[in-house]
Amino acid sequence: MPALIGIALTSIFVQNFVLVKFYGICPFLGVSKKLDTALGMGMAVTFVMTLASIMTWLCQKFILVPLNIEYMQTIAFIVIIAALVQFVEMFLQKSIPSLYSALGIYLPLITTNCAVLGVALLNVRTASVISSSTSYTLIETIINGFSAGVGFMLAIVLFAGVRERLESSKIPKALEGMPIALISASLLAMAFLGFQGMSF
Amino acid sequence: MKDIIYPVLSMGALGLVLGALLAIASKIFAVEKDERAEAITEVLPGANCGSCGFAGCSAYASAISKDGARINACSPGGQRVADAIAEIMGVQSAAVEEKVAVIRCNGTKDVANDKFSYTGIEDCGAISTLQGAGQKACDYGCLGFGSCVKVCCRGAISIVDGIAVIDTEKCGGCGECVAVCPKHLIEVVPRTTKYVVKCQSCDKGAQMKEKCSVGCIGCKICEKNCEAGAITVLNNHAVIDYSKCTGCGVCAEKCPKKIIAEV
Repeated sequence: MPALIGIALTSIFVQNFVLVKFYGICPFLGVSKKLDTALGMGMAVTFVMTLASIMTWLCQKFILVPLNIEYMQTIAFIVIIAALVQFVEMFLQKSIPSLYSALGIYLPLITTNCAVLGVALLNVRTASVISSSTSYTLIETIINGFSAGVGFMLAIVLFAGVRERLESSKIPKALEGMPIALISASLLAMAFLGFQGMSF
Repeated sequence: MKDIIYPVLSMGALGLVLGALLAIASKIFAVEKDERAEAITEVLPGANCGSCGFAGCSAYASAISKDGARINACSPGGQRVADAIAEIMGVQSAAVEEKVAVIRCNGTKDVANDKFSYTGIEDCGAISTLQGAGQKACDYGCLGFGSCVKVCCRGAISIVDGIAVIDTEKCGGCGECVAVCPKHLIEVVPRTTKYVVKCQSCDKGAQMKEKCSVGCIGCKICEKNCEAGAITVLNNHAVIDYSKCTGCGVCAEKCPKKIIAEV
């Protein structure tokens, strides 16, 4: 159990996918203008990451390893993630149309969000930098996928809060828009460096 | 041989299974799409300004196709959009009453006095909550920090000499700016309107003169001279009834402060 909490805390804070590993910067910068949509994006990514972790782990365990074709990992995982995102898209369009239209183009872009592929690959790799020297079990995989998503959500929601404040502050002309967003993102990332000293 | 067949078969099967699952899911989660509403959303300007009285362009589009809302309510889109909607719906096109926003304050920096000089957040809403409702001596005048400039989707508003000025050619009359002005100085009027009163002050004439040299002093000269009876002085400033105004221009001519001006 402590190991599971360690995995969760590690991927939320110490190895935060956006601010420490720099995965998934596109939606992080693209959908962080408003708090609500950022939260929605965070939830969608969390959902996709958790499901993708489970599916890709099963795929690795029962298809790739027995057939000795681990080199097909990237292709197989991308196919699974793409299908999952399609599914989430259909689901959202049906049940939460407002969130669907707010996320816009960034929803299909989760497919190519490297954070999702990243977490899937990290789950199954043999020499994990995090704690164990072997790949994760299914439970650990679910925890890792979910908390990576939570970490993404935390980062994007924090950043959306910062950007909402930036809207009403006086910014030098040359820095307006994306430059100031990138600068504040880097400050946020530096703040997350503070977690580096912790080990679980 | 195994080296080729296994990966090909397994990846092919994976794709097939996922594809089949998605096909099933698309049946379960199928959304009924209203094609006419979508087509109308396409032709609408997409500014989601709400001047039609609906929550946004897509809400207006579905109101037209489902509930038969009137097709000429989109002021920013103008006649072109109304014609396009009429074509989609297969009905007779109707004339759009085009509108334009006007700012009812003339108090530029050099004619209207300031109470104090202000530095801080540049947002009219924030400043109007400060001591005595803003930095201007006149409590009713334009603060000139451009909250309306920021919301204008057509870039029609600019700050000139410390007050907001609307470029009537660019303005689509959506009324986004009306809501953000803490002084309620912006009004959306029919495009046919000729003259507007450029002051909203409720101060008495003598007080007004101390604060701003172009403020309405409520002298009623315009009221007396208007042949159509379109002008009344209410709360110490002149108000024009645009439906009665004939656009003769006598009021503008007679106004001692020259605050009745052409749009």
